Amino acid sequence: MAPHLGFGVLDYDAAHMLGGAALVLSFALLYQRRVSAVINTYALQGWVLAAAAAWQGFVQGEANLYLTALVAVAAKGVVIPVALHRIVRRLEIHRSIETALGIFPSMILGVGLVALSILVVVPTTLASQALTREDLALALSVVLLGLLMMITRRNALTQVVGFMSLENGLILAAVGVAGMPLIVELSVAFLVMVAFIVFGVFFFRIRERFESLDIARLDRLGELPR
Amino acid sequence: MTASLAGLVAVVPFLAAGVLALVPSWRTGAWINCAASALTFALACTLPWSVGTVGPFLLVDPLAAHIALLTAFVGMTTSWFSFGYVRAEIVARRLNRRRLRLYHAMYQCFVGGMLLALLSNNLGVTWVAMEAATIAAVLVVGLPRTAEAVEASWKYFIVCGVGIALALFGTVILYLAALPALGPGMAAMSWSGLLASAPRCDGPVLNLAFVFLLLGYGTKAALAPLHSWMPDAHAEGPTPISAVLAGSILNVALFVILRLRGVLAANAEAIDPGPPIMALGLLSLLLAAFSLWRRRDVKRFFAFSTIEQSGVAAFAFGLGGPAAMFAGLLHMTLHTLTKASIFQCVGRAAQLKRGQRFADISGLLATHRGLGLTLAAGIVAVAALPPFGLFSSEFLIVTATIRTAPLLAIPLGIGLVVGAWALIARLQSLCLGAPTPDLGPAPTALALAPIWLQLGLVLVLGLAMPAAVTDWLVSAAR
Repeated sequence: MAPHLGFGVLDYDAAHMLGGAALVLSFALLYQRRVSAVINTYALQGWVLAAAAAWQGFVQGEANLYLTALVAVAAKGVVIPVALHRIVRRLEIHRSIETALGIFPSMILGVGLVALSILVVVPTTLASQALTREDLALALSVVLLGLLMMITRRNALTQVVGFMSLENGLILAAVGVAGMPLIVELSVAFLVMVAFIVFGVFFFRIRERFESLDIARLDRLGELPR
Repeated sequence: MTASLAGLVAVVPFLAAGVLALVPSWRTGAWINCAASALTFALACTLPWSVGTVGPFLLVDPLAAHIALLTAFVGMTTSWFSFGYVRAEIVARRLNRRRLRLYHAMYQCFVGGMLLALLSNNLGVTWVAMEAATIAAVLVVGLPRTAEAVEASWKYFIVCGVGIALALFGTVILYLAALPALGPGMAAMSWSGLLASAPRCDGPVLNLAFVFLLLGYGTKAALAPLHSWMPDAHAEGPTPISAVLAGSILNVALFVILRLRGVLAANAEAIDPGPPIMALGLLSLLLAAFSLWRRRDVKRFFAFSTIEQSGVAAFAFGLGGPAAMFAGLLHMTLHTLTKASIFQCVGRAAQLKRGQRFADISGLLATHRGLGLTLAAGIVAVAALPPFGLFSSEFLIVTATIRTAPLLAIPLGIGLVVGAWALIARLQSLCLGAPTPDLGPAPTALALAPIWLQLGLVLVLGLAMPAAVTDWLVSAAR
């Protein structure tokens, strides 16, 4: 990496811009009122994350990060959004999102969380490179905004999107730290968990829609013990 | 030679899981499950001889060896218990054969995940192993497919998912903290490298990592602010995995926190890790002790008791010093054995009475002397009354507290007394109240044998701890 990183150096500026874009999309997730818009914003964040990973791979000269970018595009940019859209169609949950907290208060809280993460990360990581420090501050903001989204949304599906956006923040942090090994493995491991969650939404929605229906009854026939 | 045996300890469960996923018959599956668990335990028995192994994959220190041995032991006794439990569940038609295939495979995945997390020498692998264990547990908790079980597994997923996510963030920052000392690459992700070069790590960054890792792994240790997944999971899932084994994962999480404590304590710039751990422990203890009084569901009740005891162990680890560390480790060990016994009894009692509320289970001593006496012994043990070993461990923790932080002994004492009182009050209704009618099969003496084995160990360690065990625990607590 270049020894002097700061404003005006392309490496730094581009990484900073991509991290910032991911953060802006986290805010965008907070104010969406329609389920499909939430999913599309999440997909966009997946693409931005992939671009950030690929750029870091270019700057650090790490081939592994290109793989991380590829995984991010394929899973978060394409497969998961398509699956979520399909779930929304199948379960007919196009209606607007119920929030536990209004849009305006949650945006204010979000700004507070960003300030908090800058105040926490930047002074504690003085010894690290400027790029790493600020990337970490942006990543922590994305993580905290994801948590905020999980708290302020009642609907299971938007909670899941909040969780996945939180995970984007984690990967953003991991790619920003120079030479971090196992990034690909860790991001894939996390994706497995996310896939299970998406699958879980499906089940949970079934329960929400048919309150009284005990799913166990559906497949009890022919289940007598030997 | 011993190093490869240590590696096998973590590999055998995963291999067994692969086999079990392919075995259609539940009876064969249950036998394979028992055999694999016994083999894992036999291999784990060699761990004390491979202490000191430091490789690219494995790090066997006395603490890891001790907890792995304990986990493998509980895994073995529980597989025994699971056999009878599963048969009764099939008769009651709560589980079917197809789901049992998943159940047995996930049983081994869960045990394997815990053992891998304990023995791995890599922060990333430890994290992935914890995550694998979490996913396995989530799948099993939702297995009965009742509305409550699905909801419990959803809650488990969301709360533990956030915990796991915070732990990964902490892992990334921990790597950043190790960069100045170890340089980029795998070395900065290894536990051995981190422990050896802790003094040269970046202190402030280490603090930041500690906050996230404490909250993240604290979730899995059921420490107070993020404990809410546990009572639901314990109450709704199939008892062998969601209650008995889920108790062991608390030890694994506490183990990671304990290792971090070692890293931070060795660094002069970092904060003292003791007080935050102590605060979380004390909060869990007090919260759970008072919650015990309001529970109506037996399994939920004992889940809160587990949170309480996890808090006590965390408090002791936070307190630090040889006496408190020894006491905390002893407490964690004995509590795991005792709570496994209790949940095995409660699981059988719930099948016997076809219900798990205090209103359903009552007067066990009058109708089922063996089960009632065993459960009573377990509750007396977990309430830390003599002659059982938890009395000595709690006594040691309280004396260590009075010596180093006398004021904290007051809330600690209040929590312990309130918790024990609730346990004894419930003991009376469970074992001595008016008998409720039996609706299911009664457990045989053979089914109770593993419980007696566990309680016997707790009794022996309370009355006369062999010198070799004391030395072993002292070396592990160092």
